Amino acid sequence: MSKPLLEIKNLHAGVEGRKILNGLSLEMNAGEVHAIMGPNGSGKSTLASILAGREDYEITDGQVIYQGEDLLEMAPEERAHKGVFLAFQYPIEIPGVNSTYFLKAALNEKRKANGQPELDAMEFLTLVKEKMKVVELPEDFLKRPVNAGFSGGEKKRNEIFQMAVLEPTLAILDETDSGLDIDALRIVAEGVNRLKTANNAQLVITHYQRLLNYIVPDQVHVLSNGRIIKTGGKELALELEEKGYDWITKGDAVAA
Amino acid sequence: MTTTMPEVISDTDPRLTSFDRFERDAAQPKWLLNIRKSGLARFSENGFPTLLDEDWRFTNVKPIVELPFKPVTSLPVQLPAAADLVKFHFLKTSETLLVFVDGHFAPGLSRLPAAQKGVLITNLKDAITKVPELIEEKLSKLSTVDANGFTGLNTAYFEDGVFVHVAAGQSVDQPVHALFISTGRETGATSHPRNLIIVDASAQLTYLENFVSLGNAATFSNAVSEFFLGDNASVEHLKFQEQDENAFHIAGLYSDIGRDARFWSHSLALGSALSRNNIRARLNGPGLQAVLNGLYLTHHKQVADHHMFVEHAAPHCESHEYFNGILDDESRGVFHGRIFVHRVAQKTDAKQTNKNLLLSDDAKANTKPQLEIYADDVKCTHGATVGQMDEKAIFYLRARGLPLEIARRMLMHAFAGEIIDRVQHNVIREELDQIVWDRLEEKLATT
Amino acid sequence: MSTATDTIEGFVKKEYKYGFITDIEADSAPPGLNEEIVRFISAKKQEPEWLLEWRLKAYRHWLTMKEPRWPHVQYPPINYQDIVYYSAPKSPKDAPRSLDEVDPKLLETYEKLGIPLRERERLAGVAVDAVFDSVSVGTTFKETLAEKGIIFCSISEAVREHPDLVKKYLGTVVPYTDNFFAALNSAVFTDGSFCFIPKGVRCPMELSTYFRINAAKSGQFERTLIVAEEGSHVSYLEGCTAPMRDENQLHAAVVELVALEKAEIKYSTVQNWYPGDENGVGGIYNFVTKRGLCKGANSKISWTQVETGSAITWKYPSCVLLGDNAVGEFYSVALANLKQQADTGTKMIHIGKNTRSTIVSKGISAGRGQNSYRGLVEVRKSAIDARNYTQCDSLLIGDRCGAHTFPYIDVRNTSASVEHEATTSKIGEDQIFYCNQRGISTQDAVNMIVNGFCKEVFKELPMEFAVEAQKLLGVSLEGSVG
Repeated sequence: MSKPLLEIKNLHAGVEGRKILNGLSLEMNAGEVHAIMGPNGSGKSTLASILAGREDYEITDGQVIYQGEDLLEMAPEERAHKGVFLAFQYPIEIPGVNSTYFLKAALNEKRKANGQPELDAMEFLTLVKEKMKVVELPEDFLKRPVNAGFSGGEKKRNEIFQMAVLEPTLAILDETDSGLDIDALRIVAEGVNRLKTANNAQLVITHYQRLLNYIVPDQVHVLSNGRIIKTGGKELALELEEKGYDWITKGDAVAA
Repeated sequence: MTTTMPEVISDTDPRLTSFDRFERDAAQPKWLLNIRKSGLARFSENGFPTLLDEDWRFTNVKPIVELPFKPVTSLPVQLPAAADLVKFHFLKTSETLLVFVDGHFAPGLSRLPAAQKGVLITNLKDAITKVPELIEEKLSKLSTVDANGFTGLNTAYFEDGVFVHVAAGQSVDQPVHALFISTGRETGATSHPRNLIIVDASAQLTYLENFVSLGNAATFSNAVSEFFLGDNASVEHLKFQEQDENAFHIAGLYSDIGRDARFWSHSLALGSALSRNNIRARLNGPGLQAVLNGLYLTHHKQVADHHMFVEHAAPHCESHEYFNGILDDESRGVFHGRIFVHRVAQKTDAKQTNKNLLLSDDAKANTKPQLEIYADDVKCTHGATVGQMDEKAIFYLRARGLPLEIARRMLMHAFAGEIIDRVQHNVIREELDQIVWDRLEEKLATT
Repeated sequence: MSTATDTIEGFVKKEYKYGFITDIEADSAPPGLNEEIVRFISAKKQEPEWLLEWRLKAYRHWLTMKEPRWPHVQYPPINYQDIVYYSAPKSPKDAPRSLDEVDPKLLETYEKLGIPLRERERLAGVAVDAVFDSVSVGTTFKETLAEKGIIFCSISEAVREHPDLVKKYLGTVVPYTDNFFAALNSAVFTDGSFCFIPKGVRCPMELSTYFRINAAKSGQFERTLIVAEEGSHVSYLEGCTAPMRDENQLHAAVVELVALEKAEIKYSTVQNWYPGDENGVGGIYNFVTKRGLCKGANSKISWTQVETGSAITWKYPSCVLLGDNAVGEFYSVALANLKQQADTGTKMIHIGKNTRSTIVSKGISAGRGQNSYRGLVEVRKSAIDARNYTQCDSLLIGDRCGAHTFPYIDVRNTSASVEHEATTSKIGEDQIFYCNQRGISTQDAVNMIVNGFCKEVFKELPMEFAVEAQKLLGVSLEGSVG
């Protein structure tokens, strides 16, 4: 068996002296979809932020190996160049910066870093128009500033659109389903499913079980108090929907 | 329970004395009587607002205070015929319809939907017998946030209203349409519609409130609606008010919104001699969006007032308020918006605009957008305009061959369209668009 | 590893690239201000009696005035007796007649500033009047302009050669009684530009002035007067730099614009005076009165400014819209970085019928900078159908700076339409991280965001100035980040 794409080993991290992750371990292979669920404050978004390289967190122990390299040593943009993509829980607005310009800069930085030639404006536009279909975005999106004035649902779709253009190897979706109506959820989930290949992996973090009606994970992990306390197949999500978190987190308290 | 009695409210005031009948009513649950009493207490403490009250400085409610207070205590014997209702808007497209005549539920005129798992849509009186615990838990829990005598009156005197409960994950596909008819047979006839809307986590609802009149007496409708939105819930609410121009209308709209939820609340004020909407929204969970969107079209001596208080109590929330007014003759539009951003509410995105188009020299707009910000990483904007129609744009259209009336109507329609376009529900939006177009046409025909 | 906040902090530290001192022999008056100094300046400039009288009246009026304290800025008291009011570089001849006669060291200074006169002359076709300390050192393209009847020269020369024109317009837009600094300027102004565009003439090129304060302890009090006759059109550019010095230097200029019927004046400024260091030591006090009078019907005055320098900026380029259908515009980018303080904005005074004004103000605060927008929109009773649109945006970089907005709206005519929009936003660590996560470096991200923010103003600048302004802003915000 080949090496995993991502290995998180005994990760301990916190912010301002408060511990959030307490020995989290996780392995993902290319071609897999993993879901992470858990109650409020269990550390889901912290994990996403640390993987993408947010510097507000203090890592006190553990390792993250991505494609055989130490991920934690890399700057955020370096991780991006190497195929790590975070779909933000709250996508950031950048007023005044045109979406096309932004995305073209992002894609070309990645291509440059990987020794590929940069795309010119024409090539880029052709690519982008193709990718917009993935999430059914209207073309005037491209002329608008990045996320500025977008509705919540549009922002989330825009994240998936960027993912389609940047073709990440490891995509982390941080509560991409939050704040979406059923119809928008369906579009986003279908987009994500279409971007799945044998060579990439998706880590899907969610607060609401209903997402897993649309995105079918290979594994479901339950995060509580900063570590994974239960892992199972997609049936685990259904069980959680019925029983809530208490039955496992209680067990966790006993075990701890 | 009551502490001080302001001078305006005397012990023999019919608004206080006629309360007895609730106390005598054996069927009245104890908890409900207590809620009513607290409403009465609030009314007697606060009384009616005066122009000295900062929140009411632009709107004089004296004509309402001076009305003879005649609560309609039962469903009128002589009900309007179904044929009388046809003229009201949104009826053809509504499969679910709850009709209230002078504040009382009229089952014969209503169309309740087929039962759906996890969904209860009925009149409040019926719901009190079916789900008393839920109502005891929620009723009047939001409407106490402001010291408003009118809301107190409603809480004390309400007869009935809409009740909707959508359980977690459920979605109500058809809009729920509530039609509130003032029969308007008698000056001072007063109704207090009371609505309670509870939409749990990830559930969806479209809800339409329609206030109309049949007669043309100076009636008073004093409505209160409370909205509870759970996490990730989605609610679109449209309040459409086209009561007779002799009628008076006060409404309180209170909402409590959970994380990741979406709340659109549109208000269209076309009718009434004086209408006032008190809109209060508390943004309680991160990542939610609230859009308060309104249009007022007034003429003659009408006054349309929207008064808002939006409280950002959690980070990453968006609230947008857009209100446009088209004011003709000697009418007046009032907008008073206050956005309050708590210290914890970082990354707030709050926007507030009020635009007024004055069609006559005697029309007036009072606008007071306010921001009060205690967090340091927020994006807040506000803006207000008061102006007349762009003569250059009219000239441009005329130069392209359009007659003056069409050019004027087109510009007004575009101005109203900014608001109407924010309505999410396609069928409702299209009908609304038609209503406004017709109304503008009528306006032009008379000027 | 540094945190994102440190990264942003790093950006707002910078070095002043234009800080060098030119070693030229100067001909100066002793420090201090009294009637003798006023007479000395006037005599040096061989001025006519009426002008000396006017200066003296201004000086006497100034003595009765108090320095304004209402701006949102703080600085220690200025000792007006400590300032040198006249400093002219000594040249082999009394005044240079052409560029060839200009001190080569001066030309070198301009080279360092990146505004080589010759380069510009040849490549860009820009006519440049350069004011160094107090004296205008050479005006290019004078002859080409003269053919069209355009006068473009230093104000001293204009006083000598075109006294009637100067007498007719000087002080008509900004009277010496206007404010404390305008009175001071009227008493002691040493040079500046004069520009006259005759009836119906479209000025064939951009006119340009560069100002530089060089001598120690000297103040600069230049006076600019632009008159555009009926139906004429001119675009005027102004650039400013000053060397690094530990003491503060005072710059109190007055600019007056007069546009007659159907005339149009576009006035662009890129101001990059020395801002002081990050602890607020040194830097220019830039207390400037700029005002344009749209005197005739259908006239138009447009101010565009990019203000990145000065320790303190106090400046409100204004338009008095007297003629019917007159148009006033104000487009501004103001940066307050380090410990800079800016209190800037505009005044639009609507008097004529159907007058229109547009205000677009972009304030950027970084470091410990304090940036205030202060603007007045006044619609007088006579101004039927007046319109104003104001957009006022603030961008904060880091969390030790401040942005403040003080709009004043005074409408006395109900037919007026006045719109005001204001926003405040912040380049947060969030935005930077979002860009980083998409593979874009911090430096590129900051530039991208700032340029996006200023776009609406940059597009109002003449092409080559827009590029320069964009670079300048980049330089002002970038620095030691690797």
